[in-house]
Amino acid sequence: MNGALSTATIVAALALAVWYLLRTALDRAPGRIDLIAVVVLGALVAVLVLVAVVGLLDGSRPADTGTFAGYLVTTIGLAPTALILARMEPTRWGNLILGIACLVLPVLVLRLQQIASVTGV
Amino acid sequence: MSDQPSAGTTARPADAALSSGVGRVLLLVYGVFALSASARALVQISTHFSEAPLAYLLSALAGLVYIAATVGLARGGPRGRMLALISCTIELVGVLVIGTLSIIDTGDFPDATVWSNFGSGYGYVPLVLPFVGLWWIYRHRPTP
Repeated sequence: MNGALSTATIVAALALAVWYLLRTALDRAPGRIDLIAVVVLGALVAVLVLVAVVGLLDGSRPADTGTFAGYLVTTIGLAPTALILARMEPTRWGNLILGIACLVLPVLVLRLQQIASVTGV
Repeated sequence: MSDQPSAGTTARPADAALSSGVGRVLLLVYGVFALSASARALVQISTHFSEAPLAYLLSALAGLVYIAATVGLARGGPRGRMLALISCTIELVGVLVIGTLSIIDTGDFPDATVWSNFGSGYGYVPLVLPFVGLWWIYRHRPTP
């Protein structure tokens, strides 16, 4: 797992989570900027997952490759899922959906790092 | 200020979607737990089932309960609501019983499930989630 890229993803997700929770508290429905922000975050996550997949193909696999792959699939799917649900929910709860997704993402990335680090020795 | 979207929802019609509003937020959270709990059980059972059969079977049960709750919330209607109600109740009992047992008797639970230690491995979300779920289902009861 690429350290800098993971850290950037985690920081971006947490910053966006604060933003979305604030928007929820202010009773705002997701606007264009909110939706674009989660698309950008999703793109960042996609790059992260791509780098991880290339790492897998390189040979140095985590001991638990199955679990690692499962987390990769979940990680890349989370932001798009949240985006679809949020677009279906044009109320404050749409922003809460985005906020929760942004809180779950760092956990997933941390888990990926954990699984990858157990490996390598 | 935008208007309060929840203002008119105190008397929800019987056919209002269970999966709208807070229900859609719950859908995401239950979906994430359905996935993580059942994936965890799958890995546990397929790789080292004999180490802790009871804990891993409970893991699988937890996964199924979360899947059922997600489906119930997504489907809505009387049957979806009933499915969500039953699975949220099992979930509540599960997290309280397994949580208590895992603290009292660690011998039977050498490896963790989603509900061990009241879901501390998952930020105690598994403990809070059934209460929120049941509150939402109750709030959403059809008006006679």
